Amino acid sequence: MPQLTSPAFKENAARALADAALQRALSGSRGAFLARRQAAIAALPEFERLREIGRDIKNHTLAHLDFYLETYAANVEKAGGTVHWCATAEEARAAVLGICRRVGARTVTKGKSMISEELGLNEHLEANGITPVETDLGEYILQLRREPPSHIIAPAFHLNREDWEASFRAAHTDLPRERVFRERRDILAEARARLRARFLAADVGITGANFLVAETGSSVIVTNEGNGDLTQTLPRVHVVLASIEKVVPTLEDCCALLRLLARSATGQDFSVYTTFSTGPRRAGDRDGPEEYHVVLLDNGRSSMVGTPFQDMLRCIRCAACMNHCPVYGVVGGHAYGWVYPGPMGAVLTPSLVGVDKAGHLPNASTFCGRCEAVCPVKIPLPSLMRHWREREFERRLTPPVARSGLRLWAWLARHPGAYRAATRLAAGALALLGRGRGAFRSFPLAGGWTRGRDLPVPEPGGTFLARYARAQREGRA
Amino acid sequence: MSKEAILGAIRRGLRRGPLPADQALLLAARLERHPRHLIPARARLPRAEQIALFVRHVEKEFGTVERVPDAAAVPAAVADYLAAQNLPARLVRAPHPELDAMPWSGRPLLAVEARAAGPEDAVSVQHAFAGIAETGTLMLPSAPERPTTLNLLPDTAIVVLRASRVVGAYEEAFDLLRAERRDASSGGFMPRNVMLVTGPSRSADIEQTLELGAHGPRRLHVVLIEDDPAARAGGAAAPSPQEG
Repeated sequence: MPQLTSPAFKENAARALADAALQRALSGSRGAFLARRQAAIAALPEFERLREIGRDIKNHTLAHLDFYLETYAANVEKAGGTVHWCATAEEARAAVLGICRRVGARTVTKGKSMISEELGLNEHLEANGITPVETDLGEYILQLRREPPSHIIAPAFHLNREDWEASFRAAHTDLPRERVFRERRDILAEARARLRARFLAADVGITGANFLVAETGSSVIVTNEGNGDLTQTLPRVHVVLASIEKVVPTLEDCCALLRLLARSATGQDFSVYTTFSTGPRRAGDRDGPEEYHVVLLDNGRSSMVGTPFQDMLRCIRCAACMNHCPVYGVVGGHAYGWVYPGPMGAVLTPSLVGVDKAGHLPNASTFCGRCEAVCPVKIPLPSLMRHWREREFERRLTPPVARSGLRLWAWLARHPGAYRAATRLAAGALALLGRGRGAFRSFPLAGGWTRGRDLPVPEPGGTFLARYARAQREGRA
Repeated sequence: MSKEAILGAIRRGLRRGPLPADQALLLAARLERHPRHLIPARARLPRAEQIALFVRHVEKEFGTVERVPDAAAVPAAVADYLAAQNLPARLVRAPHPELDAMPWSGRPLLAVEARAAGPEDAVSVQHAFAGIAETGTLMLPSAPERPTTLNLLPDTAIVVLRASRVVGAYEEAFDLLRAERRDASSGGFMPRNVMLVTGPSRSADIEQTLELGAHGPRRLHVVLIEDDPAARAGGAAAPSPQEG
């Protein structure tokens, strides 16, 4: 399993905030996705209606998930493929290793797959003498750096251009000194040249899947680089890693979701390569793999069915939620401490590894609601984070001081007179104390809160309620 | 067995046993009908505008398009394109009957082989099954006469598309597959591989900025055969005739 540092989220976040290079990478990268997404959506007036359709397709599928999974598996087998049903990460690792050993694989090329990260597959293959080669550009450099991805569609989101050059020079030791990496295209050309030979030499190609189509038994990958296609076309064996919620009923359902995916993810109308794979090479085919396997992973997802967290299984992994998240935008993906960062990770990680270990994640939210507003399948991410906070409270995982604070808050919220008096007093005192400062960087007895945040000084003019009442009297509201 | 464990856990969550037969029949009927969802208005244009939109979208995604009057004009257009790009006059093409019928020998300096692509091939000519106007996308289903490696290995990918095969939406292209293909062994219509290709390969992994020329082709050039009267009328600059 990949290392889990979610319990140390606060320390991770503090380190991230103090990391100048990381802050530069985060602020440099953030705007690009947002502007492109905006433009792509503005050019498709039906986008809002398509979000509802996407939500409904996924809800329909999840309500009949057993039926569609069985239909999917039957159709994979009809097309000559094999489905390996795996309840746990351990079973899935064993299934992949079993295939690699049976065909005598020495090197394995890999397309980008978050399920592979969830399995810790690379470490497992290496430990068993098989060399995995990541071929997605972002995953490739992270493999050189031995780092996990920090973003679900842009794994090297946390790196600056000079990091690329440094990592390439360290790993590709035969590079001539005079070789320059001033431009992005120099970096891309180097990776392309290095990986060509790897694509051709690999015995097994492992890809993820964005969708599984029940009607046809197809797995679908969506990429821009073409690395996923080379990975699944050239080696003798293609292994697809997919989790159970990736299934959709028909090609039409898949097309409706594809209209949402690229626009929400990179802000493209459509990714460069959207590829449907159905079984192994057919009679007469001149290329393509001779074997086609699907490792179908549950790993805790089936226990989300029938709970409020079933909504999370609609996720199509576009990353719009993290691209728009103010918390992700300053702490980056690694701080979240497991495979899935950002708002979707804050909901999914506690489901898969336990709220006792990942309870900080749903608390690391301002509840600004942007994640839900941009989600292409309308997952109510803030409410689901709130569900986790409630469960954490019920299970007494919240620290005692915070629990007393919450109790005090709840009492105040139920007693409007006391609430007004207390907020009047607090706002007045804070305004006085913080005059001319704008915000408190620290506050006595509230160190736990101000360590990672600034506390704004209230504006003069009293509490919101007082100002509202005044405005009403003056006829402004 | 994990299959039963997974299905059992899903059914417990859904608070029911295996789906009752009548409900399973309803779902099977939905699969049989595979109903379409909302098709965006941009995909539902009059014929001429549709083809113009396809061209515009290919160009927006950094591909190039050349229109030729008929299939016989393709080899010359390909040879001229290679010369203009300073590329060697050597290519590997799909062994597709429509490409077989083209006068490749009319250009004696052009070396042409019909086969799958290998790592040494710099230029490919592929046959497109359909074009999709909605996003300027080419549908390239694998077949003995349409090897997948041609889409991936060469630096320069040239794709021959008949204008009569341009449709509006993805769903229409899949309908052509459903209608025209039948696999001898599986009985299904899906070939092993269906690639939907939109522009040349690129990556946004370095500082989230798109850069062309990742692992797939650096150039994507579409040779559009104007075998549809509407294609000629639908040039990007020409006023579009109204239909119906």
